[in-house]
Amino acid sequence: MPVWLKAIVQSRAVWPVLALVLILIVAGSVSPNFFEIRIVEGRLFGNLIDILYRAVPTALVALGMAVVIGTRGIDLSVGSIIAIVGAVIVWRIKMGDPHITILFSALAAGILCGMWNGFLVSALRIQPIIATLILMVAGRGIGMLINQLYGGTDPSFESALLQWMSTGSIWLIPTRLILAAGIFLALWLLIRRTALGLFIESVGGNAAASNLAGVKAGLIIFVAYVLSGLLSAWAGVIMTADTHTSDPVSVALYIELDAILAVVIGGGSLAGGRIYLGMTVIGALVIQALTTATLISGLPPEYNLIIKALVVLSVLFLQSANARKAIGSLVSRRAS
Amino acid sequence: MNATAIDKPRVEMRSIGKSFPGVRALSNVDFTLYPGEVHALLGENGAGKSTLIKILTGALNRDAGEIRLDGKAVNFNSTGEAQAHGISTVYQEVNLIPAMSVTKNLTLGPSRDALGVISWGKARKRAREKLSRLKLNIDTEQPVGSFSVAVQQLVAIAHALDDDTSVLVLDEPTASLDAQETATLFAIIRDLKARGMAIVFITHFLDQVYEISDRISVLRNGNLVGTHMASEISRQDLISEMIGRELGEVEATLAHKAESGPGKQKLVARDLGRKRTLKPFDLTLHAGEVVGLAGLLGSGRTEMTKLVFGAIRSDSGELHVDGQDMSGATPRRSLASGIAFCPEDRKAEGLVGDLSIRENIMLSMQAKRGWLRQLPRREQEKIAGEMIRALGIATPDAEKPVRQLSGGNQQKVVLARALASNPGILLLDEPTRGIDVGAHAEIITLIRKLCNEGMALLVASSELDEIVAASDRVAVLRDREKVGEIDGADINRDNIIRMIAGDDSGQH
Amino acid sequence: MKAKYALAGAALAASALMTTAAWAETIGFSQVGSEGDWRPAFSANMQESAKEYGIDLKFANAQGKQEEQLRAVRAFIAQGVDAIIIAPVVVTGWDQVLREAKDAEIPVFLVDRDVDVEDKSLYVTRISADFNLEGKLAGAWLAAASKGTCKVVELQGTTGSAPAIERKKGFEAVIDQFPAMEIVQTQSGDFTTEGGKKVMEAFIKSTNNLEGICASFAHNDNMQLGAIQAMKEAGLKPGEDVLMVSVDYVPAIKDALAAGEANASVELRSAVGKFIYPVVLDYIKNPTELDKWIVIPSDLHTAN
Repeated sequence: MPVWLKAIVQSRAVWPVLALVLILIVAGSVSPNFFEIRIVEGRLFGNLIDILYRAVPTALVALGMAVVIGTRGIDLSVGSIIAIVGAVIVWRIKMGDPHITILFSALAAGILCGMWNGFLVSALRIQPIIATLILMVAGRGIGMLINQLYGGTDPSFESALLQWMSTGSIWLIPTRLILAAGIFLALWLLIRRTALGLFIESVGGNAAASNLAGVKAGLIIFVAYVLSGLLSAWAGVIMTADTHTSDPVSVALYIELDAILAVVIGGGSLAGGRIYLGMTVIGALVIQALTTATLISGLPPEYNLIIKALVVLSVLFLQSANARKAIGSLVSRRAS
Repeated sequence: MNATAIDKPRVEMRSIGKSFPGVRALSNVDFTLYPGEVHALLGENGAGKSTLIKILTGALNRDAGEIRLDGKAVNFNSTGEAQAHGISTVYQEVNLIPAMSVTKNLTLGPSRDALGVISWGKARKRAREKLSRLKLNIDTEQPVGSFSVAVQQLVAIAHALDDDTSVLVLDEPTASLDAQETATLFAIIRDLKARGMAIVFITHFLDQVYEISDRISVLRNGNLVGTHMASEISRQDLISEMIGRELGEVEATLAHKAESGPGKQKLVARDLGRKRTLKPFDLTLHAGEVVGLAGLLGSGRTEMTKLVFGAIRSDSGELHVDGQDMSGATPRRSLASGIAFCPEDRKAEGLVGDLSIRENIMLSMQAKRGWLRQLPRREQEKIAGEMIRALGIATPDAEKPVRQLSGGNQQKVVLARALASNPGILLLDEPTRGIDVGAHAEIITLIRKLCNEGMALLVASSELDEIVAASDRVAVLRDREKVGEIDGADINRDNIIRMIAGDDSGQH
Repeated sequence: MKAKYALAGAALAASALMTTAAWAETIGFSQVGSEGDWRPAFSANMQESAKEYGIDLKFANAQGKQEEQLRAVRAFIAQGVDAIIIAPVVVTGWDQVLREAKDAEIPVFLVDRDVDVEDKSLYVTRISADFNLEGKLAGAWLAAASKGTCKVVELQGTTGSAPAIERKKGFEAVIDQFPAMEIVQTQSGDFTTEGGKKVMEAFIKSTNNLEGICASFAHNDNMQLGAIQAMKEAGLKPGEDVLMVSVDYVPAIKDALAAGEANASVELRSAVGKFIYPVVLDYIKNPTELDKWIVIPSDLHTAN
């Protein structure tokens, strides 16, 4: 048994990537044109582009979630933050703000939400699941109240800037992909090229030990929630501009669950202590590939969630340390 | 009332052995228990007390040996089985539900009728009966949490006692009681004893051992050191049995200590203390000096190191480091001013298990630098590599998760983190706990080396020989109070034991 | 070509006369919540038209929760209102509270959604639109517009919800009559713009740019609006290349109809006070057995 094969089989990354490839192959065999990519209306067009394109909001939210989960926390309020951001955008557009200002107002709203969560968790020491549940429950209501500020009867809008960010393209490539890549890079630099990542992982791994080692655990946790708020806000801008409308009740419903799943598929543990940014993006792509594949498969919609649950279950099963060990030893026995 | 040879033993445990992965918790331990005796079980942390008790009460299965109850061989696979045979336990943390009434708490557990139906009238009556056995007259409808800890402790004992209970195990029952409450508890223990109950009493308060027990057994490192009549063993001999002698070789290598005297004052604590934790104490650390902290388990060793580091907040006194006022400092500020701390509990307070050796070593240093100024990866690797070499951490590379290391190597990583932060003062709490003898000697040698390089060290340890071998000065603690210091040539086992035991012949 | 298909208005004829009571009637109205565009408009209309009828309306918003709704209904009973109108959050769990209302001799009227109770006498009648009929209207319009030959992609509402089930059934009942009409793709867009857009994007890929597709039927306008965006981004011309028919008639679809990007929308009336209050007031004055379902007529609106 070659060492490299064993290393691959036992690696954390192999199963999510394999799952992604498998989903694409299955989708390709069901739908003959699946891998076709054309140029339509000045941008790349095709199922593969769709998967990347549609995965952007989930991936952004999941990246924030990965950071929060790294601190042994969780952020259930991400969907509500998106709802609030959407309402803020439409409200400010109806008020006639310049659209660049609106972009910053939207991001500021997300940061504010993150600060609220961070305050509850790090200063008041409320358990993260409860602390963020508060905004999760209240957030969509807040969104509706913001809608009331302009009457709320017709929440549709047009904005060249925001729509360019969401549905536009630069040299054939969708703008949102380019922006998302930039955000990913910035986040990666922030986590891996400063000591923030080390501190987050040490606080998540063992808060008491980190405190004794001189790490400001409270501040680190606070920052994690703010990051999550900011990334959710960006996802909110993309989603709101995508549909040109704000619907606080139904926008991004259950996105927190997809985000948590993406983190977990990417190998993160809810017990905290590790952040895998790249794998989290893979996790989001697995989820979106699955969604797109079931949409084009022609299966009745009743099966969508069941298929999703089964695939996620099998990825997580293959990823569990025990299963990995068992498969690893099985492979080596075969080979020897 | 006293145990006599004429009585038949109620419990005989013979040649009990038990291993956990990588640790031999008990080997060849004998333990007998007579009706009507209080039998104290002593030993430092990790000596094997709780393992022995868990085997007796069915919570653990033994690997070797046999247990006889009233002469008949028995095998308990659960605490329930042991309880059915009349063996009950009251644990240190009260196992009651605070929000439930006394009646309900006393009704939980095995005392229900066959159908699982509870008649609250009957339950109340039975609860009152149980409490009256302990002469406890309280309102059984109040929630347990509304009573004092002492009463809760008594309710827990009442809960454990059945009509047919013949063996009662009390695991540190007095840990959270004051003198008055302890006296009440002892009166009840004496009463139970008079009624022929066999009682195992685990504690670390020696005064209480002598006050209440008939016989004393001492465990150390999983072995039975000895069983004595309480009236026949002196306090000093008892302490000597509890604190072992395993460092012969280290002592030899370190026969000569600092030739030069201590340098300038690094740290001065005056009346530093905290209520219910440690009485106010004075302590001075000099550059190039090792101060040992000696005392029995629970005497306040850990608390003293944590008070100095700021991990426990003091409520009295002041602390100066290099002339700077550091009273009420947080661990973070202590670290910034050049104090480093290696906690006793590596797993809970020392290491981040999922992070690599390198990351664990870098943590304090990086925290000092701040999050923006990350040490370049190459430099991190260099420092980690140096530390691994200097401390002899046995690992193929620095990227291995720290939880995969052995205990000794983990301890060295904690030390490496402290040293990487470049401290002038190093506080070590049980630096050799749970590590093998080889690593043990290495760490003592390292302590001396750091001292000779001009560092000020405070080393708390339950191993008396370690203290003797490493220290230039020894501070002695007894019952959460610093009782004295021993200097230079006077540092030896006997002097320290005498001071721990409370003989007034100790120096100073 | 408005209101051509209003089939079921007849049942309302009897109650057209305005009632002017000496004492203002007090009516309690328990609303589901305030989700989407349609329901807030429905709530606003109920409150406004109550004034026109001289009704003292006690309005309670259940925020989508049945417990909240049960609490509100019990409060109405305690206040001794003259009648209770309920827009139920869910269909089950109503027996007990409706019996309490009956014991207090307060008549209960259902609007919008149905309830599932053993004893139908627990409520007077249900006054609501007919989702099935809406589906039929959409199907009938499409059959006429496509002359009975059409491959349809369908954007379903939330899987398992009553409007999704009934609109689908009604639509299919009509197109089953035409051998050359069939649904070739169907998926759930969860009644949201976002969902409609995602599903249409997938349809565009799986049908090679909607090749041979003649119509998109969406269970609500929001999904259809998302579908229109997806088609435009794919370089297609909704309304021209593909016939667009949906249900609800929200303000944004009116714009789309005007722009020629949508072809038809079946109105789910939000201004239903004028259909509901006369029945209720009439019953308070003169309690007689009514049909268990009084259908509010649905209108179909087209581009021109």
